[in-house]
Amino acid sequence: MKYVSLKKTNLNDWLEYLKNKAKLYAPRKKENLFVFRQVKEVNDVCLDYIPTILPPKKYYFPQKEKLFKFSLQPFKTAKAIDKFEDFILFGMHTCDIAGIQCMDVVFRDAPEDPNYLNRKDKMTIIGIECLKYCDKYANCASMGNHVPRGGYDLMMVDLGEKFIVHINSEKGEKLVTGLSYIKEANQADMDLLERRREAKKKVFKEEFIGSLPKVYDVFDKSFASSVWKDIGKRCVACGNCTAVCPTCYCFDTNDDMELSLNSGTRYRIWNSCQMDDFAKVAAGEDFRKGRDSRQRHRYYRKFKYPVDKFNRFFCIGCGRCTRTCMADISLVETVNSLLSEEGLQ
Amino acid sequence: MLEREILLEKMRTTPYLPMKAKIIEAEMVTEKEKFFRIQLENKINLGHVPGQFVMVSIFGFGEAPISVCSSPSDKSYFELTVRNVGVFTDKLHKLDKGDELGIRGPFGKGFPIDNMFGYDVMIVAGGLGIVPLRSLIRYIMHNRGDFGNVQILLGCRSPKELLFEEETKEWMKRAEIKFNCTVDRADPDWRGNVGLITTLIPGVDINPTRTYGIVVGPPIMYKFVIVKLLEKKIPDHQIIVSLERRMRCGLGKCGHCQIEGVYVCQSGPVFTYNDLKKFKGECHEKAV
Repeated sequence: MKYVSLKKTNLNDWLEYLKNKAKLYAPRKKENLFVFRQVKEVNDVCLDYIPTILPPKKYYFPQKEKLFKFSLQPFKTAKAIDKFEDFILFGMHTCDIAGIQCMDVVFRDAPEDPNYLNRKDKMTIIGIECLKYCDKYANCASMGNHVPRGGYDLMMVDLGEKFIVHINSEKGEKLVTGLSYIKEANQADMDLLERRREAKKKVFKEEFIGSLPKVYDVFDKSFASSVWKDIGKRCVACGNCTAVCPTCYCFDTNDDMELSLNSGTRYRIWNSCQMDDFAKVAAGEDFRKGRDSRQRHRYYRKFKYPVDKFNRFFCIGCGRCTRTCMADISLVETVNSLLSEEGLQ
Repeated sequence: MLEREILLEKMRTTPYLPMKAKIIEAEMVTEKEKFFRIQLENKINLGHVPGQFVMVSIFGFGEAPISVCSSPSDKSYFELTVRNVGVFTDKLHKLDKGDELGIRGPFGKGFPIDNMFGYDVMIVAGGLGIVPLRSLIRYIMHNRGDFGNVQILLGCRSPKELLFEEETKEWMKRAEIKFNCTVDRADPDWRGNVGLITTLIPGVDINPTRTYGIVVGPPIMYKFVIVKLLEKKIPDHQIIVSLERRMRCGLGKCGHCQIEGVYVCQSGPVFTYNDLKKFKGECHEKAV
C-alpha cells in the first residue's frame, strides 16, 4: 500500500501535467448539474460534484461507436478505428468505478468484445472518494460502493489542505512520480485518512431496508409482484434510466451510408430495453410487452440476472436512474417496496 | 489455417465484421419465401451445427439473424430460406444469383445431435419452423443409421405455403422418414389432413423414453404442442425447441434476444423443455 500527498494549491499543476500526458476527462459544472468533459482549462474541473448527467461510460462505451467501414462496389470491409488513444478519467466517484468493473465483466465474457477491451486498455482511472452523500438519491452504501474497492489506478481523498492519493497500479504510480509537489504521505496524513474513514461510517447508512442477500432473495420471489404493475403505470418509456445507467450496455447496430450510396459505416448505438420495440421480432411478436414488464426487466438486470451469471450486482448505487426519471420512479423506494411486501407475507 | 480455425479466429478478433459471401443460387419457393444458396469467400465451410443461425448483412440496410436450412454435410455452401416480412428481408428478396452479401456466424447452440444418436426422432414443424428443421432433417438423411424411427409432423396455414414439397418426397423415399401434414385451411386440390398441428400428435405411436420431440414453429404454437408431447410422456429434457428472438449482435451482449437472464443468441436458440421450465414468466413459449 503506497500513499502520496498533494497540496490543494498544487492541484492545477498536476492537472496541467496530466492534460499533457493524455486526453484528460473530468467533471465540470453544466448549469445546475455536472458533466464529464475533456479538460481544456484546468480551472473548470470541479471535484465537489453530484454524479454527472451521463456516466463516464460515454468514453469507454461510446453512444455511437464505429464498428467497421464498408463499400458495396467492390464489396469490401475495413477497420473503422486504427488507433485507440490514451485517456485519463479524473475525479471519478467510487460508484462509477464499480460501474466500469461491471462492464469489464460483461465485455470480457467470451466472446470478448474487442472494441470495449481496446478502449479499456488505454484508460487510466483517477478516483476521488466521497466523504458525504451527493444527494438523497444515491444508494451506494447498500451496494457497498461508497468506499473504494479497487478498479482504479489512483484514488484521492480530501484531507482539507491536501489530498492523500492511494497508488493502486504501476500505471498510476507513473503519474505521481518525479513531480516536486507530490510527496510521500506522512504518518499524520495516514492518521487523518483513518479519521475521515471513521467519520464516514456515521454518514453513510444502508439505504435499503434489507441487506443485499435479502434483496437478491426478494427478487427471486417478486417476479409477479404488484410493484411492477404500479411502476408500469407511471413509467413513460422514455429510456432515460438506461441511458444514464453506468452498467446498461444494450445496443443496436445501424448502417450510415455516405452520399455516394456506395460506402458507409456500421455503428453500434446505445439502445434501451425500455423502448417498446426492443424485443419485437419481424413477424410482429413482442416478447416483452408492457412498460411494467420492461421496467421489471431493468431491475432484474441489476439485482438478479447478473448476480446469477457474473456473481455481481449491477446496480452501483449512483442514483442516476432516480435522479433523471420523469415519472419519479425511485430505485430505493422500489426495492424497499419489494422488501416490505415480502416482509408482510 | 484450417477452416474451423479461420472462423474461430475471426470470431475472437473481429466479431462484428461480416465475411464476404456470394449467392450462387436463388429462387422463389412460395409467394413469400425465397431460397438462397450461399458460398463464403474462398469456399470456406460454415461448419455449423443444425439449428444454428447466421447474421446476414446487406450494407446500408443492416443485419438480421437467419436460420441455416442446409446440413453441415452439404459442403462448400449453405442455404437460407427467407420470408419477406420487412425492410431488410424485402431487400434480401431483391438479391439474386451472383450478388454479394455479408455473413457472420454461425451463432448459438444447435440441436443436440450427439445426444440424439440412437434415439427415435419426432419432428413437429409449424409454418416456417420447417426451415431450421430442414437442416436437421438433411443431417439425419445423410447420417440415417445414427437415428431410430424418424417422423415429421408438419402444419401450415394453407397448401400453397407448404415448403420443400419435392424434397419431402425424397426424405420419405430415400431416408425412410415418415411424414404427415395438416393445413389450417384446405384448397380444392388438397387431399390431406385439415386442422391444427396438435390434432396429429395423439395418433402417433412412439416409445417416449427413447424419443426426442423437436418443435419449431411460430411462438403461439409451442405451448400447445409441448402439452401434447408431455401427455405422450416424452421426458422434459428430450423435448427440444428453437426460439425466435430479435438477435442483433449474436455475441450475448446487445440484450435484444434476452429471456430473463438468458441470451438466446448464445445459450439458444435451441433449448430443452427442461430449460424453459426454469423461466418465471418471460418465455411465451413455455407450457403452463
